[in-house]
Amino acid sequence: MALDRKIAYINLSTGQTEIKPIPLELRKKFIGGRGLDAYLLYNHTPQGCDPLSPENPLIISGGLLTATCASATARAHFMAKSPLTGLLGSANMGGFFAPELAWAGFHHLVITGKAEKPVYLWIHNGEIEIRDAAGLWGKTSADTQWAIREELGDEEIKSAVIGPAGENLVRYACVMTGIKNAAGRTGMGCVMGSKNLKAVAVRGTMDIKISYPLEALEFNKKFIEQITSAKVNKTQGALGTPFIWGATNCWGGIRTRNFQYNQMENADDIEPEAIDEIANKTIGPHHMAGCFGCQVHCRTQYRIPSGPYAGKYDEGPEYTSLGAFGAEPDCKSAETLLTANYLVNQYGVDNLEIGSIISWAMELYELGIIGSKETDGLDLSFGNEKALLEMIHRICTRKGWLGNVLADGGVPAAASIGKNSFDYLIQVKGMNNLHSDERATPALALGIATASRGSDHLRSRPAIDLYHLPVDVLRKIYSSPIAYSGPLSSEQTEYVGKAWEVFWQENCYMAVDCLGICKYHTVFLGATLPNFEDWPKAIYYNTGLEFTPEDIWAVADRCNNIERLFNLREGLTRNDLSKGDTLNHRYFDEPLRRGAPDVIGLSIDRDKFNGMVDEFYGHHGWDQNGLPTAETLKRLGLDQEPTHLL
Amino acid sequence: MDKFLTVNYEKCTGCRLCELVCSVVHEGVSNPAKSSIQIVKWEDEGRYIPMICQSCEDAPCQKVCPVGAITRDKTFGFMSVNYDACIGCRMCVEVCPFGAMNYNRTTHKVFKCDLCGGDPQCVKFCEVKAIEFVPAEVISSQQKREGAARQYAAAQKQASSIAEAAA
Repeated sequence: MALDRKIAYINLSTGQTEIKPIPLELRKKFIGGRGLDAYLLYNHTPQGCDPLSPENPLIISGGLLTATCASATARAHFMAKSPLTGLLGSANMGGFFAPELAWAGFHHLVITGKAEKPVYLWIHNGEIEIRDAAGLWGKTSADTQWAIREELGDEEIKSAVIGPAGENLVRYACVMTGIKNAAGRTGMGCVMGSKNLKAVAVRGTMDIKISYPLEALEFNKKFIEQITSAKVNKTQGALGTPFIWGATNCWGGIRTRNFQYNQMENADDIEPEAIDEIANKTIGPHHMAGCFGCQVHCRTQYRIPSGPYAGKYDEGPEYTSLGAFGAEPDCKSAETLLTANYLVNQYGVDNLEIGSIISWAMELYELGIIGSKETDGLDLSFGNEKALLEMIHRICTRKGWLGNVLADGGVPAAASIGKNSFDYLIQVKGMNNLHSDERATPALALGIATASRGSDHLRSRPAIDLYHLPVDVLRKIYSSPIAYSGPLSSEQTEYVGKAWEVFWQENCYMAVDCLGICKYHTVFLGATLPNFEDWPKAIYYNTGLEFTPEDIWAVADRCNNIERLFNLREGLTRNDLSKGDTLNHRYFDEPLRRGAPDVIGLSIDRDKFNGMVDEFYGHHGWDQNGLPTAETLKRLGLDQEPTHLL
Repeated sequence: MDKFLTVNYEKCTGCRLCELVCSVVHEGVSNPAKSSIQIVKWEDEGRYIPMICQSCEDAPCQKVCPVGAITRDKTFGFMSVNYDACIGCRMCVEVCPFGAMNYNRTTHKVFKCDLCGGDPQCVKFCEVKAIEFVPAEVISSQQKREGAARQYAAAQKQASSIAEAAA
């Protein structure tokens, strides 16, 4: 059963491995997945350790419900101290890796040390082997996976791998599985590279006993109906995530030319329908693929239609690529967008971060803060599509002065470039923001400012805040499982009640990350999707464990707090511009210039923003500096941490 | 009853929920290695093909069985294994051209699709309808309709290109 999946400790310096059961006590407190990873990170990371040093643990997991009869339990989670931010590193990917890890007998892996030479892990049916990866080093993400299958003679092996970007220690290199599934953010691929760990290959044929199989299947059917009846998921299933980009660009929520505008003009070539047409032409009418057990099937399949990479098969582009390689650098061609998407998948690098950093460099070039000396003669003007692709190559291979500097991440790059370059860097806690522009949406702005892994939309974003839902509908969602009687507002440009929405969503996303479920299967883009009330039965039928909605809420709250403790231990302070819960000054000082009439002219009000942060801290039980109070830690049972139970 | 489990591989999104459902329904466990349906993938091209028992008329598994343990189910028409007679030689696994005869490494027995007693559960969970359970006459009429649509589309295309050339 799910509860008998093990944890393995693997030391790459000594070659020793140790396998242990996961105590039920910890399941009840942290459930699994990202939550238990956060406990392990807090307990196993020496304070102040260099993220690229052998002692930084790389923690890999599936969720409690991975590979059971709950919907879309494909998510694998990666955690370590981030080489990009120096704070919490955390990234999550779909595909088929996590279920295979569970069938191989494991829910959590803690990898420490550093191998002398490139290696990969081969994990199969309860056994762990460290193997030579000399023949794999240098290969792209996809080729690495196929080569492992060939070497081990099993086409069903699933691998989490790094591409050349991870090997070259690009600070925001990601971990990849399949063609495009990526644990993208905070540089988990760079941590793998620092350990000389090219891949984790898994294969399992071990039973996961379902506690109440028929009930679990029947309940899953209810989930499926809930998932597939949501219009937002139907659209995702037809157009993939680009549809969100299209909708957001319409009203002016997409940052363009780094942060100069909030809407891309003349974007016809990269609109979701245009991408869909390319997929239709190059693959056929059925071009959507799904992760394990998922009915949303939001992954578009395509071949690059023209140019030097014409005919190459790839998947995506996600919402994020449309921003990173479209609006932010103001590049308008689908060929460039799809080629860039292909390159980042092959190199194994975070598309959001690299697109955002190149766009920042383009603005610096426009302003004369950097010139052709720094770019080695490359014309880094906005809209120069060849330059965008060239910079992807240079960063991933650390070629040229600028390529090498940008590979270190935005904050160190700003220090190298100097002048006032930092003022133009759109980041929080050292991680660049995705392409969304939050100046018209205080709730979203608060979310990225306080997200535990740095600027990010997948930790706490109340995306349904954009739908102008009636207050009674909002109250129904946001007053459960914990009562909330404070104000709520249907208006996306308002500040009241938003701190609670962000707090609620933070717990909601933490809960799915503990269970191993995809965020498209909870209240993220769709207000009617499963949440706290629905999960207890899924947990019970599949594992036999009893949780109430309030219990799951408490677990999520606890896990968010232990992530907070980690960040505080590593130097987070509220107002620090590169390690705090705050935003670049441009959010406050530069009003929006494009978009819908009610959006033009808006910017974030600094005082009201600070008020939201105060409120958000209050909901968490944190003081005005963002530190959990002694009472909060006691209430959550975290007052004795680190407890070293695992 | 003449009903077949059919596959439209173009519709398959590769999610493998059918594999999970099959093993849970039959064994009470999640384990694709114990599923009678399996998705074969070429991930580098994005091609996913569900592989199932085709209930062959001239079934190699039945022919090769040295003890006559494989017979056709009279009600639903699928090939059925009589475990009282089966000696576990796995010849049927070797000869099946579709890989649809499987081997359970826990019970050391061969196993295959039994159409869930006439109500295949994989079909119920396949939201994109890549696998369907349809009467024999519908199978061929569906294919005729799809073929006709293709022919019509080709004819239309030709007609419009002639019109364009004339203009």
